[in-house]
Amino acid sequence: MSLSEHTTGRHIPDRLRSPLEARLKSWESLLLLVAIAIFVANSFASPYFLNAWNLSDATFNFSEKAMIAFAMALLIIAGEIDLSVAAIIALASTAMGAAVQMGAGTPVLIGVGLGVGLLCGAFNGLLVTRFGLPSIVVTIGTMSLFRGISYIVLGDQAFGGYPVDFTYFGRGYVFWVISFELVLFALIAVIYGIVLHKTNFGRAIYAIGNNPTGALFSGIRVARVKFILFLLTGLMSGVAAICLTSRLGSTRPSIAFGWELEIVTMVVLGGVNILGGSGTIPGVVIAAVVMGLVTFGLGLLNVPGIVMSIVIGALLIGVIALPRLWAMRRG
Amino acid sequence: MLKRYLTSREALLFAAIVALCLLIATRFAGFVAPSNLLRVFNDTSPLILLAIGQMIVILTKCIDLSVAANLALSGMCVAMLNLAYPDLPVAVIVMVAIGLGALMGMFNGILVWKLAIPPIVVTLGTLTIYRGFVFLVSDGSWVNSHQMSPAFKAFPRSELLGIPMMSWVALAAIVIFTVVMTRTTLGRAFYAVGGNPHAATYTGLNVGRTQFWAFTISGALAGLTGYLWVSRYAVAYVDIAGGFELDVVAACVIGGISIAGGIGTVGGAVLGALFLGIIKNALPVVDISPFWQMAISGAAIIIAVIVNSRTRRNTGRIILKSAEKPA
Repeated sequence: MSLSEHTTGRHIPDRLRSPLEARLKSWESLLLLVAIAIFVANSFASPYFLNAWNLSDATFNFSEKAMIAFAMALLIIAGEIDLSVAAIIALASTAMGAAVQMGAGTPVLIGVGLGVGLLCGAFNGLLVTRFGLPSIVVTIGTMSLFRGISYIVLGDQAFGGYPVDFTYFGRGYVFWVISFELVLFALIAVIYGIVLHKTNFGRAIYAIGNNPTGALFSGIRVARVKFILFLLTGLMSGVAAICLTSRLGSTRPSIAFGWELEIVTMVVLGGVNILGGSGTIPGVVIAAVVMGLVTFGLGLLNVPGIVMSIVIGALLIGVIALPRLWAMRRG
Repeated sequence: MLKRYLTSREALLFAAIVALCLLIATRFAGFVAPSNLLRVFNDTSPLILLAIGQMIVILTKCIDLSVAANLALSGMCVAMLNLAYPDLPVAVIVMVAIGLGALMGMFNGILVWKLAIPPIVVTLGTLTIYRGFVFLVSDGSWVNSHQMSPAFKAFPRSELLGIPMMSWVALAAIVIFTVVMTRTTLGRAFYAVGGNPHAATYTGLNVGRTQFWAFTISGALAGLTGYLWVSRYAVAYVDIAGGFELDVVAACVIGGISIAGGIGTVGGAVLGALFLGIIKNALPVVDISPFWQMAISGAAIIIAVIVNSRTRRNTGRIILKSAEKPA
């Protein structure tokens, strides 16, 4: 998007940094420091912060968004983006609500949620890979389309009456304060971490993000990989839809409104280059925790939600601007 | 020459709009009455103003997601200014709104220019920051109709030659920016920077600075729209125009402005905005629930991108058609 990397010239060091130094100076370590600082500041600021149940509640702030953020991270590393994720949640949740009205049980609901997510992801993927359209525009369109269908179905009504055992996904606890959502979040983080960092598929994602043409010529099926990534993002939106619907116990068409921007913020805060080609899953995990802690800590201090969003926005620009300002000062 | 105009994206979109109007007319003939079409245009004016600004930003390979938040903050600031100093002339209010909007646009632009942060990240951040500031300056309270001075509310509604001032502002913006984009070096620089940044650099254009001016224009238009919005609806609160930034981008996409930069016209942006405005105004009169609007505009965006990518594929590349086929 900018020319600076071409005009300023790149400094090429004559030796690699030692692994320890590289790790200490990495984005993830910086972010971890921020997370620890926020944690410490919070525990001084509010006496209610250091409480196992309160902290457990705090995880609900980010776990659903983070599930999608992992898939989104892969997509952004590959040079694409999906702004329709929150709309997919709305559509999947609406479909589940409609299924409940027809008397569906919990297993069917899960199938419906995941199925709608996959279908929406496939639709996005098809438009981007088959027609060669820019994903940002396509998903702005499908964002209106998917949520629009929810509005057509529901209008100003709401679906409710979910079966009792369905509430487990959003409100259940596996062990003591460890919620089902937190376990699912951790599990998904590990799976995505392995896929991105330890498999050929993961390497292909980086290759595509850095140089799609080069990746194609080196035998990577670029279109297929991208299609799978859109499928995964749709699937994760379906998973998040199940958790969120179960937690709220009802479906309105405005469910998860504006989440797409929060999820992209989470991914970028996690050190993923918005232009594609670099980023890590541990970074996104820490970013999710940072955002969760900020929202929760400020909430305990009775700071209104909209003021928290200023902090999140400033954090997003700040963490990207500060290293650049620092680099500019050093010449 | 004539053929080129007839097969252009804008002509295609214009034909689609005419077809849409005729379709609506079969259900409700009164919709295409001139007075009603003027009303629809007036109603779409804010979207037209923002779409013109957004078009310029998109031309330079950037995107401005903060326009709606900018609109809300500028609108709230001038509403509170009016509340504090009811005797301030409207001209001053308008200048303040434009100035505030331009400042917010400059902030976006400076981050993109000097720090080379990707525009989508910058404006995603400032979107939440500006919106949050609306809450901070207003303390979450509303500025209602009875708190605004009569002159403040009257300006967008006052008529000149039977057309409300809000429409005149949109018309003026269309004319001014058509001239700027086609007849000035700055306007051509926007195209050059977006079309081929490397070539633009070699011709001596400062890419970052051009993008900075694009953001400034977009911000100034958002500020102006902020005043018009608040005074026309006679209310200012934190959530005004929430999510409107996506409508603005949608108008541009439907208007054939390429998200990759360098392609697009003021006319296209205006037609794209009108297309959305007509759908929004027509749904109630043809007895379709307004809840359909979102899905329809979504489908329109997708169709528009597909159509635009098709036409581009056929006509791209060939620059000197006459030279290629010597008659």
